[in-house]
Amino acid sequence: MIQNLAFYLFSFILLASAVMVVTNRNPVHAVLFLILGFVNAAVLFLLAGAEFLAFILAIVYVGAVAVLFLFVVMMLDVDFASLHEGFQRYAPVGALVALIMFAELAFIAGSWAIAPAGGADRLFPTPTDVSNTVALGQLIYTAYLPLFQLSGVILLVAMIGAIVLTHRDRKRSLHQNISAQHARTPEQTLVMIRSPLGEGVALPQTQKEEETL
Amino acid sequence: MLIPLSHYLVVSALLLVIGIFGIFMNRKNVIIIMMSIELILLAANLNFVAFSGALHDMVGQVFTMFVLTVAAAESAIGLAILVIYFRNRGSIEVEDVTLMKG
Repeated sequence: MIQNLAFYLFSFILLASAVMVVTNRNPVHAVLFLILGFVNAAVLFLLAGAEFLAFILAIVYVGAVAVLFLFVVMMLDVDFASLHEGFQRYAPVGALVALIMFAELAFIAGSWAIAPAGGADRLFPTPTDVSNTVALGQLIYTAYLPLFQLSGVILLVAMIGAIVLTHRDRKRSLHQNISAQHARTPEQTLVMIRSPLGEGVALPQTQKEEETL
Repeated sequence: MLIPLSHYLVVSALLLVIGIFGIFMNRKNVIIIMMSIELILLAANLNFVAFSGALHDMVGQVFTMFVLTVAAAESAIGLAILVIYFRNRGSIEVEDVTLMKG
């Protein structure tokens, strides 16, 4: 009973915050409502018995992705009010598409039935003697190891892609140019000068220029 | 699982519909569109987890983890593209992104 009440409460907050995300005028508030929605979705995961994924959702989404959104929203100096124009213009067709799609999905959800023999077709039944985290770990490190490694590669590609896309080479910064250093030869930099007795050494013109640079 | 599967299905259907509605409504603001995509992926994850709990099968949770990974990578790349687009053009309006129309 208390689980049902918790389910209705948290799913209501989830749906309300989702509505606020898409209708809010201020993108910072939208990101904050997105964070609220993800926290409530994590509670729904808990109620469905997926404890590990609930905490992953809270840590990865609230801690990383939503904060990334918040960074970008605050970093871009955009007039967000002008981006909100055309909101009313697209409302009727958007509501129509949403209603039709929800009606179709509601028909599916209302008439959903699991075949009586369907329970025998489980690929990996949930073990009852170990916790959810252990069960998930026993699965992703054995049967799903290639896919798990592949998801790591996806994250690596995303990280490299994001760095390459946003990295800006500043021309004024004093960074080390290793290939230029390795390409130096003694002929380019060293000048042998025989200095007469009692006189100073006048620097050649090219070396003076290099020193001023 | 005490909560019936159909309740989860209705909640995630509503979440998906809200996400699609958000893409329709915020035709100009890319950030809100990306947040709507996150909502849609969250609806898919909720379905996976609900079926995993109802059928007592772990595979749904494994796939939820993969979906989370792909969603995180997608949002990172999308935000990076958004940042360099804003750096080049000074705006993030979707309707301005017509350079490749030919």
